[in-house]
Amino acid sequence: MNRMENLNPAIEISGLTRYFGDVRAVDGIDLTVERGGVYGILGPNGAGKTTLIRMLATLLQPSAGTAKVFGHDIVSEARTIRKLVSLTGQFASVDEDLTGRENLVLLGRLFGFSARQAKIRAGDLLNGFGLIDASRRQVKTYSGGMRRKLDIAASLVVRPELIFLDEPTTGLDPRSRNQVWDIVRALVSEGTTVLLTTQYLDEADQLAGSIAVIDHGKVIAEGTPAELKRSVGTSILRIHLKNKDQKVKAKEVVALMVNSDFTEDTDPFRISIHVEDADEASHVISALVNASVEVSGFSLGQPSLDEVFLALTGQPVKTESGEDE
Amino acid sequence: MDTSIKKTEFTSVGTPPNSIKSILSTGTRPTQANAFSASVTFGWRALLKIKHVPEQLFDATAFPIMFTLMFTYLLGGAIAGSTGEYLQFLLPGIMAQTVVMITVYTGVAVNNDIRKGVFDRFRSLPIWQPSVLVGALLGDAARYTLASGIVISLGMILGFRPEGGAPGVLMAVLLLLVFSFSLSWIWTAIGFIARSQESLFFLSFVVLFPLTFASNIFVDPQTMPSWLEAFVEVNPVTFLVMAMRGLMHGAPEVEGIGITLAISAGLVAVFGPLTMYLFRRKK
Ligand SMILES: Nc1ncnc2c1ncn2[C@@H]1O[C@H](COP(=O)(O)OP(=O)(O)O)[C@@H](O)[C@H]1O
Ligand SMILES: [Mg+2]
Repeated sequence: MNRMENLNPAIEISGLTRYFGDVRAVDGIDLTVERGGVYGILGPNGAGKTTLIRMLATLLQPSAGTAKVFGHDIVSEARTIRKLVSLTGQFASVDEDLTGRENLVLLGRLFGFSARQAKIRAGDLLNGFGLIDASRRQVKTYSGGMRRKLDIAASLVVRPELIFLDEPTTGLDPRSRNQVWDIVRALVSEGTTVLLTTQYLDEADQLAGSIAVIDHGKVIAEGTPAELKRSVGTSILRIHLKNKDQKVKAKEVVALMVNSDFTEDTDPFRISIHVEDADEASHVISALVNASVEVSGFSLGQPSLDEVFLALTGQPVKTESGEDE
Repeated sequence: MDTSIKKTEFTSVGTPPNSIKSILSTGTRPTQANAFSASVTFGWRALLKIKHVPEQLFDATAFPIMFTLMFTYLLGGAIAGSTGEYLQFLLPGIMAQTVVMITVYTGVAVNNDIRKGVFDRFRSLPIWQPSVLVGALLGDAARYTLASGIVISLGMILGFRPEGGAPGVLMAVLLLLVFSFSLSWIWTAIGFIARSQESLFFLSFVVLFPLTFASNIFVDPQTMPSWLEAFVEVNPVTFLVMAMRGLMHGAPEVEGIGITLAISAGLVAVFGPLTMYLFRRKK
């Protein structure tokens, strides 16, 4: 990559829009993603995450607006961009009839490796991702986590400058999810820029340096995870009561102490409220105990995506069952 | 508790595993695959799929074996007076029918790749994009040759004796490959737009059954009612089979060969650009 390109941000998006018939899947997005680190796109199902990523990966043309990847236009310089980026789509895009090894050798050959080099590279990747024992089995026999790892490995046959990961952990068990997180961290430490979409605030918080929250194809908030959480309330305190008749009293006590609204909680035994930090949480608990409200348990957690949305838009998440092709 | 287990658990939360780091740091960038080697690589993929999913060859072998045996022994006597003589007439047509019927798998493969997202990965690579299609067609050529080989072997066992000898048979197979290759473009184009594999198979049934049965493969068209004969006389498969029979039996028919090649060229001229259009049109 030459020096000129080094001056450009990884991604610059301006007014990017894509319609499918009447549906505005992506509706005038402006974003800048700097080089290095993880940029998280957080949004519910149907928000337009996949559509956005497919446009940036040159698989889909925008209806309006422009985007540049390392300074190259996604429409007129698609081929240059394809040399610099990799895409790991939302659904594993490996050939299920082939073995894991054959999939990687195939891609190695397509990238221009000799047959020998491609085999070596495939072996290294399979070893590194812990897939070597399954390497001679057809991919259709793989578990979800194995498929996802192979899919990411397939994106790393040649090290990309920028990798798109579309919901890389959705549907994975916690162990596989941690492995994927490790892979993302390794990528970043080696200088690759990662653009990751997710439905989990927790995941964006764990990995991303900056987050854009999107809904109905629009960016509704942008910032660091800390900023975002601050706008929502740092943490959410959930208090479980022994006796549901005390819920009203408990709320009264808590309302005196905490300067924020209660979040909706349908569980009659539970109240939930945003608190600044663990200190404030412990004050709340002791105040309840002093007021002789019986507490059976409590937890301090991060707000869920639903709560983030509620705070940002004043509306709960409307998920959509319609999936992309 | 075993401390080594504890340790790996820690690394899994904190620092990234070194194995993955080292893969990334050693990743050299080769010079890009050219159009030719990318196409050949996709052809190799098609062959791997035949190896892993041999069922796709079953259609290509079971039907012709069944048809050849059934028509030769059940009807051969009635139609041509003797089974041996009928086989000389039938075999080139059976070969044509077999291969024409399996052209639909080209579209099925494309359709599968699109629905499963494999196509997206290939499209995001810095390669000459149509090599995906060219490679698939190369793989098909292998399947067609294999199927032709099976039919001819079966024929030889049953007593088929082509007067044109090996050169005649080879020329006939070559002509068949050209025609089927051209026909494949229709299925590739439809593969891009079909909603499911089932709808593709249904369509192929509707198109290919009349094309192969309402032809001169099984009986001489002159024995048919005139309305049917009129259709059979303009059916492309009729010309193909006419030409193949001529070549195999050492009496090449210039008319049949010429028209078959012309139809093939026409198919490519129409469906080639249409397929490329559908391919480039970003959905
Ligand atoms: N190929 C398509 N045709 C029609 N509508 C689509 C297509 N792809 C996506 N959409 C619609 O665009 C919207 C955004 O979808 P998508 O980008 O897949 O969201 P996400 O990835 O955030 O779940 C949804 O309403 C979806 O139904
Ligand atoms: Mg999506």
